[in-house]
Amino acid sequence: MKETIIIAGFGGQGVLSMGKILAYSGVMQDFEVSWMPSYGPEMRGGTANVTVILSDRKISSPIANEYDTAIVLNQQSLDKFEPLIKTGGVLIYDTNGVVNPPTRTDIEVYSIDAASECALTGQSKMFNTMILGGYLKLRPIVEMSNVMEGLKKSLPERAWAYLPQNEAAIIRGGELIRKVR
Amino acid sequence: MAAKDVKLMKGNEVIAHAAIRYGCDGYFGYPITPQSEVMETLMELRPWETTGMVVLQAESELSSINMVYGGAATGKRVMTSSSSPGVSLMCEGLSYLAACELPCLVVNCQRGGPGLGTIQPSQGDYYQACKGGGHGDYHLIVLAPSSVQEMYDFVGLGFDLAFKYRTPSMILADGAIGQMMEKVVLSEQRPRLSDEEIAERYGSWATCGKGKRKERNVATSLFMDSAELEEVNLRLQAKYRKIEAAEPRWEQIECEDAEYIIVAYGSSARICSATVEMARAEGIKLGLLRPITLYPFPSKAIAALAERGVKGFLTAELNAGQMVDDVRLAVNGAAPVEYYGRMGGILFNSDEVLEVLKSKLIK
Amino acid sequence: MAEDIIKAENMVYDKPRLITDTTMHYCPGCSHGTVHKLVAEVIDEMCLESNTVAVSPVGCSVFAYKYIDVDWVEAAHGRACAVATAVKRLYPQNLVFTYQGDGDLAAIGTAETIHAAARGENIVTIFINNAIYGMTGGQMSPTTLLGMKSATTPCGRDSALNGFPYKIADMLAHLDGATYLTRQSVHTPAAVRKCKKAIRKAFENSLAGNGYSMVEVVAACSSGWKLSPVEANRWMEENLIPAYPLGDIKSSTLPK
Repeated sequence: MKETIIIAGFGGQGVLSMGKILAYSGVMQDFEVSWMPSYGPEMRGGTANVTVILSDRKISSPIANEYDTAIVLNQQSLDKFEPLIKTGGVLIYDTNGVVNPPTRTDIEVYSIDAASECALTGQSKMFNTMILGGYLKLRPIVEMSNVMEGLKKSLPERAWAYLPQNEAAIIRGGELIRKVR
Repeated sequence: MAAKDVKLMKGNEVIAHAAIRYGCDGYFGYPITPQSEVMETLMELRPWETTGMVVLQAESELSSINMVYGGAATGKRVMTSSSSPGVSLMCEGLSYLAACELPCLVVNCQRGGPGLGTIQPSQGDYYQACKGGGHGDYHLIVLAPSSVQEMYDFVGLGFDLAFKYRTPSMILADGAIGQMMEKVVLSEQRPRLSDEEIAERYGSWATCGKGKRKERNVATSLFMDSAELEEVNLRLQAKYRKIEAAEPRWEQIECEDAEYIIVAYGSSARICSATVEMARAEGIKLGLLRPITLYPFPSKAIAALAERGVKGFLTAELNAGQMVDDVRLAVNGAAPVEYYGRMGGILFNSDEVLEVLKSKLIK
Repeated sequence: MAEDIIKAENMVYDKPRLITDTTMHYCPGCSHGTVHKLVAEVIDEMCLESNTVAVSPVGCSVFAYKYIDVDWVEAAHGRACAVATAVKRLYPQNLVFTYQGDGDLAAIGTAETIHAAARGENIVTIFINNAIYGMTGGQMSPTTLLGMKSATTPCGRDSALNGFPYKIADMLAHLDGATYLTRQSVHTPAAVRKCKKAIRKAFENSLAGNGYSMVEVVAACSSGWKLSPVEANRWMEENLIPAYPLGDIKSSTLPK
């Protein structure tokens, strides 16, 4: 098993921390993992992305040329990463961030309306875990108990009070994700 | 389950944890992207409350390397970290440290240059790290980690080699290794040496106050008598020959039957290890030689592969071709040596390297 | 004749115990030798020989480590206060001082000096201000007076061309971390006695953990000034001391 995922969006959308939760979940499941971020001005509100690789073997390059899955949260990221998804791979996008939907027909395309859901429930901070929940529903490569363990490990102790909300968001994300084609 | 104790950390964070665990006495630094997490993590961990390690934010890299110089002179295990432009400022201090034969550890998390350049990863400081940087005839022991675990391990190794040979060590990493997260296993806490132990072990040179010594110690690199300075230089060179004989380290991946060899270090070696997988899948007998010590360079290992009849070498590095000089010297005309690289903070892809290999060497 | 006089019972003055037997390289009329003597005496009187680490500069006192019998670190030009900072932080019980001239301290080492003082490092700087680069052959330094001739101001320092001299010890007085700042000289026996007291007070201040101390010594450089030792002393009294007035500039405690 080797899954190469790119997560991309605006800085502040929780892109890097979503990747960290996923990577830590992989650690809990005894996978080899790597988490390779874009860094720099992106940290201050530009576009941000992170490549996460989970594998049952040693990971050679943490830098990928193509991806099994792309999770894109804005138009720029969709434009940039849609062409880099492997044939038969998965593309997940948030409906609110994308004006021109993906066009490729040789990949599976899913959408998730997490931004609206979070706005509705007033839980904007659960946005990234909700998206992650959608992804894990499609690709249950990590057991839920390990995801929760990974979530806990990747959050500072002061944020542990929000673990139940995050768990609920992950489950809700799984319910919200829809197949586009 | 053991795996549950494994940590997921950034290369830069790991430097901070390793410093504490390997019994470092003092860290002196100045913020610069992409390595600022080293000092940030240390300040978060507050080691002065546990091991007694000193952590100080200096006013410049000039100041931090000279703090390292002062601390190293006293026999303490001291270190700093920076990124390319900051390391340029430190080169004067590195020359003094090498000249005074003082052990210390410097981490360079390289970014693209020259000048202010970019904050993206690069390997443009190979010459600076391996061929001088500062003035005069000196070398640093240069370690090139290619994983987060090696970032951790090389802090310990770097200090050990620095004290073994009384010379500065450098970890030559880059923005990619510094910023990426991987699994890492932390070692047991190594105790810091007490002042008494330092006086005992390093009393022949450490300027920590005379204590019970009759003779005072002086750390200086000033020798107005040319004959005396030549003696100092000959002593340094003899030490470097010893290091060159005993300390080269490298990793060979799929080299046994290889007809072609990529030589790459650090983050580019990780990318090229995927190139080897791709080539082997196509039936090309490709291997990777990854220098772990850039100084001393694993010349003999490369020469042995050339003698064995390897048809060609490709050096892949994130610069305009620096390490390729050392590979050519090692191969010494026995086989063609080509170079491929990207600059400006751009990483090459593993398939890109394979294409270059095919066009330049296999044809 | 000499044998009759050189007897223990006739001795009225001796070389300080911590001054080595190495022949000093300083010129006749130079103040360095006197200040070295005072520093050596104070270290000995305070019983600090075994736990002193001194930092020497680049400049005429580059060889200070040859003359005072304690551990020394020879710093790169200007970096003495950074070097001393680390030594003191790693050995807080030690007396750590830098010995620097006006070129080393007030030109190339300004940043290190100001920031060590601002951080309130518990170190002492002995600052020899002779308003000239002595070692390199008498060039203008930051403290060279207006109108004063030097190898790089052959027609005298001109503010339009060379800028103005400045008083770094006075500047440091604005910093909370600097608690004892004084300006002394060693051109008369009375001045020597006062200077020694100041050095002792500075050492005590740093050992008490009360932050940064500086003893500036307005000093003569007969070679650099192209004057005889006697003329140099007179010139200093008439010109340098009025520009750099003697006395305590600041004596305080660290703010809470």
